[in-house]
Amino acid sequence: MHQTREQLDVQAKEILGKFSYDTITMKERMGIPAQEMPAQDPAVRVCNMEEVAIGYTENQVRVEALRCLQCKNRPCVQGCPVSIDIPGFIAKAAAGDFASAISILKDSSLLPSICGRVCPQEVQCQLTCTVGKAKKDIDQAVAIGRIERFCADWARENNAEPAMEIAPATGKKVAIVGSGPAGVTAAADVRRAGHEVVMFEALHKAGGVLVYGIPEFRLPKAIVQKELDNLTAMGVDIELDFLVGRTRKIHDLMDVDGFDAVFVGSGAGLPRFMGIPGENLVGVFSANEYLTRSNLMKAYDHENAQTPLFHSKKVAVFGGGNVAMDAARTAKRLGADEVYIVYRRTEEEMPARKEEVHHAKEEGIKFLMLHAPVEIVGDEKGKVAGVKLITCELGEPDASGRRRPVEIQGSEKIYDFDSVVVSIGNSSNPLIKQTTPEIEVNKWGNFIVDEETCQTSMKGVFAGGDIVLGAATVILAMGQGRKAAKAINDYLAAL
Amino acid sequence: MNKILYKKQLSQNVFSMVLEAPLIARERKPGQFIIVQLGGDFGERIPLTIADADAEKGTISLIIQAVGVTTLRLVNLNVGEYVANVLGPLGHPTPIKKYGKVIGVGGGIGVAPLHPVVQALKAIGNEVKIVIGARSKELIVMEKELRVIDPDLTIVTDDGSYGKKALVTEPLKEACETWKPDLAIAMGPPIMMKFCAATTRPFNVHTLVSLNTIMIDGTGMCGGCRVNVGDETKFVCVDGPDFDGHLVDWDNMMLRLGTYRAQEQEADHRCRVGLNK
Ligand SMILES: Cc1cc2nc3c(=O)[nH]c(=O)nc-3n(C[C@H](O)[C@H](O)[C@H](O)COP(=O)(O)OP(=O)(O)OC[C@H]3O[C@@H](n4cnc5c(N)ncnc54)[C@H](O)[C@@H]3O)c2cc1C
Ligand SMILES: Cc1cc2nc3c(=O)[nH]c(=O)nc-3n(C[C@H](O)[C@H](O)[C@H](O)COP(=O)(O)OP(=O)(O)OC[C@H]3O[C@@H](n4cnc5c(N)ncnc54)[C@H](O)[C@@H]3O)c2cc1C
Ligand code: SF4
Ligand code: FES
Repeated sequence: MHQTREQLDVQAKEILGKFSYDTITMKERMGIPAQEMPAQDPAVRVCNMEEVAIGYTENQVRVEALRCLQCKNRPCVQGCPVSIDIPGFIAKAAAGDFASAISILKDSSLLPSICGRVCPQEVQCQLTCTVGKAKKDIDQAVAIGRIERFCADWARENNAEPAMEIAPATGKKVAIVGSGPAGVTAAADVRRAGHEVVMFEALHKAGGVLVYGIPEFRLPKAIVQKELDNLTAMGVDIELDFLVGRTRKIHDLMDVDGFDAVFVGSGAGLPRFMGIPGENLVGVFSANEYLTRSNLMKAYDHENAQTPLFHSKKVAVFGGGNVAMDAARTAKRLGADEVYIVYRRTEEEMPARKEEVHHAKEEGIKFLMLHAPVEIVGDEKGKVAGVKLITCELGEPDASGRRRPVEIQGSEKIYDFDSVVVSIGNSSNPLIKQTTPEIEVNKWGNFIVDEETCQTSMKGVFAGGDIVLGAATVILAMGQGRKAAKAINDYLAAL
Repeated sequence: MNKILYKKQLSQNVFSMVLEAPLIARERKPGQFIIVQLGGDFGERIPLTIADADAEKGTISLIIQAVGVTTLRLVNLNVGEYVANVLGPLGHPTPIKKYGKVIGVGGGIGVAPLHPVVQALKAIGNEVKIVIGARSKELIVMEKELRVIDPDLTIVTDDGSYGKKALVTEPLKEACETWKPDLAIAMGPPIMMKFCAATTRPFNVHTLVSLNTIMIDGTGMCGGCRVNVGDETKFVCVDGPDFDGHLVDWDNMMLRLGTYRAQEQEADHRCRVGLNK
């Protein structure tokens, strides 16, 4: 049953009335029900691009925060890639002191409004949360991400973001390549130390995957823009339409343009295909193309957008990660009647955030598990007409610890589809490597960096985020951006 | 940056434009292109070849054929106005080497990208022969500039309104038979490049073509520009735009170019309706 935000708020208010923050007992905390995230009604939201999860009300966030036991050993903090003081900020939220909560959050994470929305909490902080463990149900863990999101949204809406202090000018110059979460974090931290910072972005809008990849219905672009505005307000110069390696090489930036250090956060922007027959038929897209058309170019807005979209009726999305979920849910919103996620393992092994899988199902996305594509079949006009899939079963665990899919010979069958979105991951873009041979990369093309400093094999050049980690997560990209910034600040201080 | 310094109409819907773009002008080499987006949230990104550049003045020149919404909007901008977003130079430069005898074939506004390439090839000592063709006389552009490179320039038109009434493949075939080029370069509509490649194949003349697939980012991120070349899938924006014409899967490429034809026609119609008001 779909409950409205108002209904959920009334229930929360009632609970809140029963307890006082100063006297509540452990037992009482454990007895409070987990607060459901208010969301747009599935039937309505598949017809719009607006955010699906609407966000807790103030009553709800305080109730959810009361569920936290304030554990002394802080297992949640160990699960957080950037070690946010989780019980600390939750205690403030429970008391309704959101200004203090946001300042604790911002000590460790530059982008809580984004991380609160897109982090895979169920395999990070919420996985290790005592409440979830005690109840033997991960869905019962304290909803750390939702509380984080509320605090960040509250700060933005009330203009209560903690001021960023900027050290006096040092006369040193740092170039940041790429404006995704790694670049944004590194830029902010380097700027705070008083260095001049110029961020170079290839596209005509900054934000990286947060802008071109992750859809509006999951991460409103106005939120990302606000973070970029904050960066500009700090004095970071953002240069769009600038492809480092082509418009200017890293050497030129350092030797001619006077940059003392460079941070490369160029992401994992090279879509992988499977190499099966039919992959270049009309109607086969990489998830990057499909999502970029819709998000960056706003092609979902038929009236205004100049970038066209392919009209699909029956779409097969290959893959089981966040990218696949985003593509599938976008296809539905763009008017497809039927959308299938085709994944070669089972739902349990799917790397997508749990919430996205849940939302996708509510929206009527169908899940075809244990099937692998072997061929895309075309019609006489070179358009997709169907997909040949083979059934799989799960075998022994592979290197990633997930059970390996084993194809069942002779089980191939052709299914009707008119479009295919390939969402099996991204590799790193080779451009910077090609034009800067000193930078060492591994066999997948990822930059090799020092684990502590994010320094590459080229002096003065640091790197972080997906270009180092392969397609990873926002929080890991941010974490590396921060690490690298610290190392850059140390490096410049010693120059 | 990106200020329009000069604009001239070359034929009914072909325009030449010079933009202030110092960084691109400094780095660009023959064969490279840019991506243009005309600002706002809704503008499309389209690729255009850098027809020429002046590194000292910091300018690049473009030859634009107005075929749809974005190209039409672009050519309607005036001198003194700005093109909101210009990214480049993109793609690999055409390899400028000593080949010996080179024949350059340009169809329609394909002569625009052909010009800097044959110019550079000639400059390092190649013997250069040029063939250009178009549907009719009004659509022949850059004749003067090309004549500087090849005074014996061959011109053909489909309707015979200028030069010889023929397709470009005819003089190309003749040249293969009698002049025996070491390299052919064909630039123009896909169908023309396809037949140029078919023409040179029996003579074993290595043939470079410059592909004009649909693009979005131009940086290798979307894969929308992919084509089959030999047994491989290539991204035109980062692996090209030049490829061996004998290895390109032309039929697939042309089908892919038509992916959005229905939507483009609808948008183009809307756009022209707006302009006529
Ligand atoms: C569709 C999708 C959904 C996702 N969902 C989630 C999620 O729910 N949760 C999560 O944690 N993670 C998610 N991810 C992964 C996450 O977005 C990435 O791990 C993260 O964005 C990586 O950040 P980054 O800063 O390294 O690079 P990016 O965000 O990729 O940004 C790199 C930027 O650099 C620019 N660039 C590249 N090369 C150059 C150059 N040579 N010169 C100038 N600029 C350049 C690019 O244009 C881009 O804007 C998702 C990814 C995708 C694609
Ligand atoms: C590397 C490269 C270099 C190019 N250089 C030039 C140039 O120097 N001058 C120039 O005028 N054009 C050039 N083009 C083609 C130009 O990009 C297209 O004409 C443009 O994208 C059309 O956009 P539109 O919105 O005006 O028209 P749309 O409404 O999008 O399309 C109108 C018509 O053009 C066709 N079309 C769409 N996209 C392309 C495309 N990328 N290539 C060819 N046909 C297309 C459509 O099928 C349709 O019939 C180049 C293309 C590439 C890939
Ligand atoms: S583990 Fe859970 S209950 Fe314990 S402090 Fe962290 S969030 Fe609170
Ligand atoms: S245009 Fe996107 S990869 Fe080539």
